[in-house]
Amino acid sequence: MNINQTVNGSSLTMCLSGRLDTVTAPQLEEALKNSLAGVSLLTFDFADLAYISSAGLRVLLFAQKTMNKQGSMVIRNVNETIMEVFEITGFRDILTIA
Amino acid sequence: MKELSVDAVVANIEPVTEFVNQYLEEQGCPMKVQMLMDIAIDELFGNIAHYAYHPEVGPATVRVEVTEPPLSVILTLMDNGVPYDPLRAEDPDTTLSADERAFGGLGIYTVKKLMDDVSYEYRDGKNILRIRKSYGRRPNHEATE
Repeated sequence: MNINQTVNGSSLTMCLSGRLDTVTAPQLEEALKNSLAGVSLLTFDFADLAYISSAGLRVLLFAQKTMNKQGSMVIRNVNETIMEVFEITGFRDILTIA
Repeated sequence: MKELSVDAVVANIEPVTEFVNQYLEEQGCPMKVQMLMDIAIDELFGNIAHYAYHPEVGPATVRVEVTEPPLSVILTLMDNGVPYDPLRAEDPDTTLSADERAFGGLGIYTVKKLMDDVSYEYRDGKNILRIRKSYGRRPNHEATE
């Protein structure tokens, strides 16, 4: 997985490519822990993300819980497979998917 | 049918995934179904890697086959570790808000929901977990085409 980060003031955009799974989720968690201070809008772009497993959901939940305290979080360009995982786990209701 | 035996370690999730994808590619399995199997491998092989032999390392065998009718992928994971039936875990409450939610517990639930069948048995000292996803004519999901 690759993480491409763009900062614009207090907005942070993270473009993920590849897959968000057991092996790569810790990478994202570390990137978030290093970057979220002072961020009021976190945007994930999933245009190049193939799929997500529960290890990835865990990190997205961490990001959502953090952003609930300091601002907001949006996820863009979610593919059909990822949306199916969001739906069956109820994440579709706790995340903001644009 | 193809089969691969490797050490059950997280570092082998990717080689196992590639092994299965290569077979499914040869069988002309749709990309969507391949991705669902990839998610299942991450969850199930990942669980074996984390828990079956902890704190030691042991082997796991992954078998993949395409059968019909109905046209289906069947993936079987076997290990000789601690007997563990993942299907006995209670389903998580998927209606809770982000702040109410605890971390974890979604892996096996996701697999149960994404697959058509998931079954477990403990036989001859082995945990045997078998999942099936159909993608051809689906007797229980007719009239969608």
